[in-house]
Amino acid sequence: MRNWFNRKNIVALLGIVLLYAVVQGLIVFDIMPPFYKLTLILICIYIILSTSLNLINGITGQFSIGHAGFMAVGAYVSAMVTAIMHGPLLLGILTGAVVAALGGLLVGLPTLRLKGDYLAIATLGFGEIVRIVFLNMELVGGAAGFTLPSKITWTWAFLLMVFSVVIIKNFVGSTHGRACIAIRENEIAAESMGVNTTKYKVMAFTIGAFFAGLAGAIYANYMYIIQPGTFSFLKSFDILVMVVLGGLGSITGGIVGAVVYTLISALLAGIPEWRLVITAVFLVVLMIFRPTGIMGTKEFTLGFLGKKGDKNATSKN
Amino acid sequence: MPLLKIENLSKSFGGLKAVSNLDIEINQGELIGLIGPNGAGKTTVFNLLTGVYEKTEGTMTFMDKNVSGLKPYQVTLRGMARTFQNIRLFSDLSVIDNVKVAYHQRTSYSTFSALFRFPSYYSGEAEMQRKAMELLKIFNLDDKAEETAKNLPYGEQRRLEIARALATDPQLLLLDEPAAGMNPQETHDLMNLIRWIREKFKLTILLIEHDMSLVMGVCERIYVLDYGMIIAQGAPDEIKSNPKVIEAYLGEEVV
Repeated sequence: MRNWFNRKNIVALLGIVLLYAVVQGLIVFDIMPPFYKLTLILICIYIILSTSLNLINGITGQFSIGHAGFMAVGAYVSAMVTAIMHGPLLLGILTGAVVAALGGLLVGLPTLRLKGDYLAIATLGFGEIVRIVFLNMELVGGAAGFTLPSKITWTWAFLLMVFSVVIIKNFVGSTHGRACIAIRENEIAAESMGVNTTKYKVMAFTIGAFFAGLAGAIYANYMYIIQPGTFSFLKSFDILVMVVLGGLGSITGGIVGAVVYTLISALLAGIPEWRLVITAVFLVVLMIFRPTGIMGTKEFTLGFLGKKGDKNATSKN
Repeated sequence: MPLLKIENLSKSFGGLKAVSNLDIEINQGELIGLIGPNGAGKTTVFNLLTGVYEKTEGTMTFMDKNVSGLKPYQVTLRGMARTFQNIRLFSDLSVIDNVKVAYHQRTSYSTFSALFRFPSYYSGEAEMQRKAMELLKIFNLDDKAEETAKNLPYGEQRRLEIARALATDPQLLLLDEPAAGMNPQETHDLMNLIRWIREKFKLTILLIEHDMSLVMGVCERIYVLDYGMIIAQGAPDEIKSNPKVIEAYLGEEVV
């Protein structure tokens, strides 16, 4: 029987557990400075954001730059559930993600008829609308922001990050993901081969929005305070830069992009006046020498571990 | 009862009538050619049939059901598949993934079981892999299954496009200039391939072609289109000697 219980997945699982245990150990024994912990949790959040945006932009080929909007929806909705209604953390996170997904569905249905620049502008507009709505909402503090207790631990952030990446990777690796890639490659041909292009564009958009909302919820419940200004279009561009940096269309690339970009920002935190300049120079150089991003559309896989077994299994059938 | 019946079909782009009052009837199992000079409206007919364009007037009945107003993917589900004049493969995907996309509409597992990798995902994918490999074998592409589609030689890309169309399990196959850019030897092989897939998959085929040796060689009946109108139809021999057709292709004789 062939299922997920193969050598490749076991090695991946061991790696994930090991990574988790090492960091958790460092935190428990108080070896890790708080700034490092903050950076690690931010990396988890940004991995979820860049992977989910990659599903929309890189895999399905729809140019969306309103990701911070969905993140804001997730952040504020989950904050309302956990801090105002005093609901449990998991419920808050899930509600935030689901409401963001509904927002994605609502925005996706009309706007995904648009292509290229038009879609970009429509999603950008959506992100700004969301920000301004929260800016004017007295219930959540308006421009001053909304304070809530920090309940997210490294365990929460890491587990939710792994969950998000696995689900998105599973989607991409299925026939539904192939349908999305086919839309990116050639929309007319995809539709002629029986792919309901509208359905899959909206589906990718909704799943992307769901995980953006999830990331926003983690952010809100970690940071003590959320302000509308955090979720401006600059945040959307940050996420987009991570995806392009890592490689549009590569899930592992999106992860690498998120890690590299967050680390650069953290390393340069000591010299804030130069931070953006150095980041920009780095990006320009990368785009000149490697315009497809660090990973291109390639995936880093553990294929070399399980390939032989897999092939035998296929030929047996 | 004909498999495909087009009656009085017209399409206007603004003031330009690309196709006007078209009548075509195709019976089960026939191999029909659609020819005409450049710009006669042949590809427009394909685009109307497959739902890429919306008709201005007329009716299209396929397997006793009205197919006008359907979206392209719905037309494909009803059993009509096509290839494109300018190859439209999913060029960054592997050869086998190109075929798998075409199997998508008959996927046996749900999105949910894909997300959580339930057993039905694995069995569904294995089934798809097996069917796709079988099909590639028929088209002699099985040893290139993992190759990126854009790296295939031109002739093989054309073959892959036909294979991909067949993966949707069609009744009627629409081939838009399958021999474009091929040398005489490749065209000859293609002729044999077309005849062979018709037998093997019990297909009805409608093909657009400029290569007269191919059209006259394989088609049982031919429709000739000029300025969006059918100017002649009949067996290849009748078409060859039809003065209207000669006039459309070569112009009027100057005395």
